[in-house]
Amino acid sequence: MIAYIIRRLLATIPIMALVAVFVFMLLHLSPTDPALIIAGDFATPEQVDEIRRQLGLNAPLYQQFLSWAVNLLQGDMGKSIYSGLPVTTLIGQRVEPTLMLTLCTMLIAITLAIPLGVVAAWKVGTWIDRTVMTLAVFGFSVPVFVIGYLLILGGSRKLGWFPVQGYTSIFDDFGGFVSHITLPALALGAVYMALIARMTRATMLEVLNEDYVRTAYAKGLATRKVLVKHALKNAMVPISTTIGLGVALLIGGVVVTETVFAIPGLGRLTVDAVLRTDYPVIQGVILVFSLTYVLLNLLVDLSYVLFDPRIRY
Amino acid sequence: MTYFSFKHAPNLALAGTVAATLAAALPASAETVLKMVPHADLRNIDPIWTTAYITRNHGYLVFDTLFAMDENLEVQPQMAEGHEVSEDGLVYTITLRDGLTFHDGEPVTAEDAVASIKRWGARDGMGQKLMRVTESVEAVDDKTLKLTLTEPYGLVLASLGKISSNVPFIMPKRLADTDPNKQIEEIIGSGPFEFVADEWQPGNQVIYKKFEDYVPRDEPASYAAGGKVANVDRIEWRYIPDAATASQALMAGEVDYYEQPAVDLLPMIQSDPGIKVETVDPLGTQGVIRFNFTHPPFDNKLVRQAALWSVQQADYMYAIMGDPQYFEEFCGAYFMCGGPYETDVGSEPLREKDVEKAKALLEEAGYDGTPVVILDPTDVPVAHGQALVTAQALRDIGMNVELAAMDWATMTSRRAVREAPSEGGWNIFPTWWLAADQLNPITNISVAASGDSAWFGWPENQKIEDLRNAFAQETDLEKQKAIVEDLQAELYDFVPYIPTGQYYQPTAYRDKVKGVLTAPVPFFWNISVE
Repeated sequence: MIAYIIRRLLATIPIMALVAVFVFMLLHLSPTDPALIIAGDFATPEQVDEIRRQLGLNAPLYQQFLSWAVNLLQGDMGKSIYSGLPVTTLIGQRVEPTLMLTLCTMLIAITLAIPLGVVAAWKVGTWIDRTVMTLAVFGFSVPVFVIGYLLILGGSRKLGWFPVQGYTSIFDDFGGFVSHITLPALALGAVYMALIARMTRATMLEVLNEDYVRTAYAKGLATRKVLVKHALKNAMVPISTTIGLGVALLIGGVVVTETVFAIPGLGRLTVDAVLRTDYPVIQGVILVFSLTYVLLNLLVDLSYVLFDPRIRY
Repeated sequence: MTYFSFKHAPNLALAGTVAATLAAALPASAETVLKMVPHADLRNIDPIWTTAYITRNHGYLVFDTLFAMDENLEVQPQMAEGHEVSEDGLVYTITLRDGLTFHDGEPVTAEDAVASIKRWGARDGMGQKLMRVTESVEAVDDKTLKLTLTEPYGLVLASLGKISSNVPFIMPKRLADTDPNKQIEEIIGSGPFEFVADEWQPGNQVIYKKFEDYVPRDEPASYAAGGKVANVDRIEWRYIPDAATASQALMAGEVDYYEQPAVDLLPMIQSDPGIKVETVDPLGTQGVIRFNFTHPPFDNKLVRQAALWSVQQADYMYAIMGDPQYFEEFCGAYFMCGGPYETDVGSEPLREKDVEKAKALLEEAGYDGTPVVILDPTDVPVAHGQALVTAQALRDIGMNVELAAMDWATMTSRRAVREAPSEGGWNIFPTWWLAADQLNPITNISVAASGDSAWFGWPENQKIEDLRNAFAQETDLEKQKAIVEDLQAELYDFVPYIPTGQYYQPTAYRDKVKGVLTAPVPFFWNISVE
């Protein structure tokens, strides 16, 4: 197991290297020139060239890549072309809101979606099943920003329970954190919940038809015990895969959710950087997202051992 | 409004103790804070390095200027106590007023002003023009600086009191000595507010606190001139990119001031009786459709004239503003309606749309169906609307139009491409300028026609350049106006760009905000929050 983890961690190195090369090339092949954006309307071509030189953008592409890669290996992601702040500082400012939003979303989604999926499978064909599945289709189909606006309208403007926008750090004020994170987590969680609920229902339906479930019922076990201990545990491998893969979905949704609720997270940082072609920031953020995703996949694979003793690494 | 919060857990004894302790510790009056949503995110903090309006607005909070424009569009002394001009008009001697201090506690000296003017003169269009006729700018003593010209120039004070980007802000010499093409790394000014660097989060918030040692002028505030009295202790710029969310935040009282609400959301905002919606910029903004003069078909004057006859301003204004209370029905002045050089000379083609005449001009020009590439930045509604209206108008007169959809950042790069439109270049791009930038033939760089060194599009017209130079050298207002009339007649014949209309951006703020100044730039002195 430990050897497996080490092998997987070592495998992330070439993956991250590939991501770095790919991101760098893709960005630098785009037609946008940050020097022209900075130079503005009054600059002469000579001044634009000078700005390009100051930013190191006039060097051959391979040199730019090498100097970025060497700095990266030393933990230096460079500085934002626009604000002049170190990329690590900018990412550091934004990690907490995004991490908390993602964790709270997962927490809400998993806590609600798995029981709903189990109940839908247990009561398959009844109104309960149909209601859960209708909600799942709704969550799947309605864009995050629409759900966000509806929640703002209801939760903030009509009821006045939650603020419209912003973020408070969990370390500064726990109450403020909860009130700020609830609506965004619900908005972002809708599609995630739908995905997990549907997957739980489908897998549970398959498992509930297995012989050992019938045996469990035959030997007189309580329904709850059969559902949770025997059926759900066996259904957890595909469900945990969905939970892991769904994080990619969340990362996409985070960008929209952070914009709608004006949360200063990594998603917003990415979009803002892309819109201004702030190369060092885009490269840094994508590397962080990629690394997170690779590590998350490792965690998902390791979680299989918990649910299925037949799996050995 | 109260939100669900664990803070409100009912431990009254503890709450009472804390309240008593705080009451003893805090000064008698609580800190006053203005929370506002700016029109853009502050990414660059050096107002000389960038022309971005948001950085200019930031600059006005932190820095001060030697001279400043008042509401009569006249230049008044600001940091200057006064100035003298030699009889031959070649030497300007400027004296600094007492009490000027930088945020780091150092006094403002003439050396600081000289270094700042030089750095600004290297970057700004009007500054570059001033520097071309400047023999020297030097400090005579701590409080006096001397600017010596090589020839008489009528726009010395107008340049030093320029109200919009790039504004000649005065910085400490150690910062102003920075290469003009490199951003300064520290923000120390002598303006009424200090920049709180530690709390700056690009993409989220910018914080300013009142500079206690600032000595405002005695005159009342008027545009950028007069007394800059800081009436709030702290200003929080909270960047909310989504217009609907920002509007809701204003209505919920989470922010006090929303600089540029989306026009289509105004009816919703106005339904809240606690919110005022006002046009605080009385001069407004000019829409601009720019041609590329270096490639067919717009290298031909007749084709540009055909385009001019094919459009009408109302179409543009309805497309980008929608509500007629926020735009002029017609403004034919290249240098803005309401400005000192307003005239409608030559504006008939724009006033009287005539498709048949446009088609005839196109035929006379021998237009052969060459595709016209219009850059269309779809993420900026003001530009996108203008691109669409232009495309339709040109199609209506028989032109072959290709709309190239892109984002604004890509457009800012592509408009600099000089190759043919079929090889990554362009024919037309839409943009806009604040009236404050368009008020005269020198600041309005879209009329410059110096060929390769002109603004994107690179028009060349010696008559226009001669008239601009004559304007710059003239010091008499009436004579300047006469030059502008000749110039505008030539502009409508030459068509460097189409002025697509003059519109006014409304601002929304809660009624507890008092003292909002009417000005072309959002200023935050004089404002108080009840």
